[in-house]
Amino acid sequence: MTVSVIQFGGSNCDRDTVQALAHLDIDTELVWHEDGLPADATGIVLPGGFSYGDYLRAGAMAARSPIMDEVREAAESGTPVLGICNGAQIGCESSLTPGAFTTNESARFQCEHVHLRVENADTPWTDHFEEGEVVEFPIAHGEGRYEIDDARLEELEADDRVLFRYCDEDGEVTPEANPNGSKHSVAGVLGERDTVAVLMPHPERVSLPDIGATDGQGVLRAFGE
Amino acid sequence: MTAYTATVEVRLKHGVLDPEAETTERALERLGFDLEDLRAADRFEVDMDAASADDARERAGEMAERLLANPTIHDYEVSVEER
Repeated sequence: MTVSVIQFGGSNCDRDTVQALAHLDIDTELVWHEDGLPADATGIVLPGGFSYGDYLRAGAMAARSPIMDEVREAAESGTPVLGICNGAQIGCESSLTPGAFTTNESARFQCEHVHLRVENADTPWTDHFEEGEVVEFPIAHGEGRYEIDDARLEELEADDRVLFRYCDEDGEVTPEANPNGSKHSVAGVLGERDTVAVLMPHPERVSLPDIGATDGQGVLRAFGE
Repeated sequence: MTAYTATVEVRLKHGVLDPEAETTERALERLGFDLEDLRAADRFEVDMDAASADDARERAGEMAERLLANPTIHDYEVSVEER
């Protein structure tokens, strides 16, 4: 029962994620990408950061590293995989999840707290929340605008694969509450299985009581089940 | 084998917002230039030896498919020249 948090060169939320999971009594280890995926990995986190300096496109290089073949294989066999921020970009670049995260509408790096509405509470990542519940997570990204063609997005929505949308504090999904111009305000999506998810906001940064709010615990608890 | 340079141009699909291009456009306007629109693209020049121009084009196309472009948001064009 060990969750592998995969470190790439330039990952920088890896240890935060380990601490947050440890706080939830979830056994976790850091795994350097060149060492390969441990055979006993019961869960996988692709953490935030700036792997490979965001060269070419954020997540593009890490998505093509050999460990990602093992991650895809594990994901297909049902191992829970969560991509956070840069990990979400890696997830989309490696086709674990649909769509792409690209340059913010503002063309700036944005570091702020945002509200998210839980769109589907019937997944391992959200079953500690209610559908429609509003949570507050931080974002810290320059390339977080969710892009996908309209037909694919309609399919995702019809299949309930949107996990979170950016919203205001009352849960209204408005253009003003969309920090990066994401299509349909999408902040997180599911892969083909609901055990695979990516999101741009950082649950691990709102999981330790000493830091303040603990909304993020709900997402990370998926690894404890 | 012949030496070729394959040029791969990667650009955002029509309709996909390009905030960096828009910012650049506004900066040009601030400098007093008169323009209607501006599109940006990434250009990769790949030197390689190949049996034919078609082989070089195919190999560069595969590079675009697998890494240089993200098919979700990008279109790309390949051209090949003897070096």
